[in-house]
Amino acid sequence: MDQLYGISLYVISLLTFGGIYAVMALGLNVQWGFTGMFNAGIAGFFAVGAYTSAILTTAASERHIGGLDLPIILGFIAAMITAGIIAYGVAKICIRLRSDYLAIATLGIAEILRLMFKNETWATNGPRGVSLIPKPFETLPEPWNHIAFMALVLLIVFGLYVLLERARKAPWGRVMAASRENEAATRAAGKDVDRLRIEAFVLGSMFMGLGGALTAHYLKFIDPNAADPLTATFLIWVMLIVGGSANNKGAIVGAILIWTIWSATELLTSRLPDELAIRTAYVRVFLIGLLLQIVLQRFPNGILPEQREKALRAEREPQSQP
Amino acid sequence: MIEFVNFHLIPGIVLGSIYALGAIGITLTFGILRFANFAHGETMTFGVYVTLTLIWVTGLHPLVLLPLAMVVTSAVALSMDRVFYKPLRASPTIILVMASFGLMLMLRSVTQFSWGVQLQSFQPGIQRPYVLFDALRISPKHIVIVIAAIILMLAVHYLLTRTKIGKAMRAMADSPELARLTGIETERVIKATWIVGASLAAAAGVFLAIDTHVETMMGFKILLPLFAAAILGGVGSPYGAMLGGLVIGIVEEISTYPWIGDAPLVSPGYKAGVAFALMVVMLIWRPSGLLRGRVF
Repeated sequence: MDQLYGISLYVISLLTFGGIYAVMALGLNVQWGFTGMFNAGIAGFFAVGAYTSAILTTAASERHIGGLDLPIILGFIAAMITAGIIAYGVAKICIRLRSDYLAIATLGIAEILRLMFKNETWATNGPRGVSLIPKPFETLPEPWNHIAFMALVLLIVFGLYVLLERARKAPWGRVMAASRENEAATRAAGKDVDRLRIEAFVLGSMFMGLGGALTAHYLKFIDPNAADPLTATFLIWVMLIVGGSANNKGAIVGAILIWTIWSATELLTSRLPDELAIRTAYVRVFLIGLLLQIVLQRFPNGILPEQREKALRAEREPQSQP
Repeated sequence: MIEFVNFHLIPGIVLGSIYALGAIGITLTFGILRFANFAHGETMTFGVYVTLTLIWVTGLHPLVLLPLAMVVTSAVALSMDRVFYKPLRASPTIILVMASFGLMLMLRSVTQFSWGVQLQSFQPGIQRPYVLFDALRISPKHIVIVIAAIILMLAVHYLLTRTKIGKAMRAMADSPELARLTGIETERVIKATWIVGASLAAAAGVFLAIDTHVETMMGFKILLPLFAAAILGGVGSPYGAMLGGLVIGIVEEISTYPWIGDAPLVSPGYKAGVAFALMVVMLIWRPSGLLRGRVF
């Protein structure tokens, strides 16, 4: 019975973290899947969200600024807004250039943000991080607090999924797909491609900020290395590509699947002797990288390929006219 | 004033020469293979660790072993191209960027797995700098680095202007379709690009390691300045990359000089931010770069 209880707790934590990653993978899907923009700095937007929410919702402390003790929901909203503002600045500069430049700029912004969180000790407590972040439902009795948090995360995932599905089928999403496939034609049709792209980039980054806020509240702690910038960014990329880019269901499936693989292998390697355990951690990164390469080459559409509304309709109504 | 020269200008020139070499590889891959190669920094780190291993085995000076390390690094770059980039040649650029992003982490984990993450150095001990005119202090390793970098840059110049393959590389950077029509073997040019890029990356890494130390993140740490240098000089232009690298290196070092008051103008923790800021200004003001590269 005890063992069963332990396993259920593990599954709950898997689903919670998997769900948080799904939020970010959905955000990346808006940027990459719908619009074709390469964001190499997911960790930057993640950290902004995490710190914003942490600083606003913790009780007053001498170690960092803020400590306003605001309700957690306001922290979430503020996290999304801050991440969105930074994304707007990045997008404004890079949107007209080819997507490589956006990748370089986002990687840069993530690095600068990491430096800021590390160096500006007066604001963020530097490398020691912000602790004692309130966790939603933490007053509930033992298993129920975990279950409630998981439910909250999964509810957010579901809400964002419904929202994005509507957006994808709406004119906004269709123009987005059109601009990804043939930019010149979309422009010629009078669509403001640049503006739409900025909107998509900001929206996606807001999701990443929310993911950061959720992580901070879940772990009750955030420091500049909480999310190793590249591993976090990279894992989310692998999740989306494996799951199927431009497919919202794919993003969610990919997030849960890859997170399960990632944390299960961690469970395996943690049983090895110390020296070996540290080294095998690098093997995990290597293997996940290899998985990405294989999917890119062999299954570029992922597990759940993109669904095209028009193509579906054409199948349903075979052409009757000659 | 002399302090400015000793502690900011000279280190800036040294760092700039290192950036210049690294940025040539970035700009060539950008121009010829048409994607931003995120794995370039890790290629550099790999070259450094190869050199370090060779030093352990032979006990010779890193500069003597550098040619061999360049060959090994080139071989690795060529096999990465064969396995990971070649199947994606027909794919959209951004897929290649992503593959290189993945390779960056794969190559890094190989380095970390094989050599560990602790700080190491080529030669233990501190070198005593030469003192000229009673005040000007130049460290011998800095002289060696700058001279070696100049020799390599001249070699690149010779390659691009005097040899057939170098001319083919320039042609392909200008227009891949026209190059193919005139009978240039594109695969050969791509191989040459990887060899030149990887060799210079190994050289830049070894110079950086001679100047500072050896660690597994050293390549990634200078990746952003390298991109900044390539964009500043004009993407696709090797001479632009040399100029851009020199400018970024010098600006990074002199930005920590106390220009106003006693405190450094930019806190040393934000040196990486200086390169980024320059890059952003360039992207807004003149995306084609100082030497009129291409805007992709």
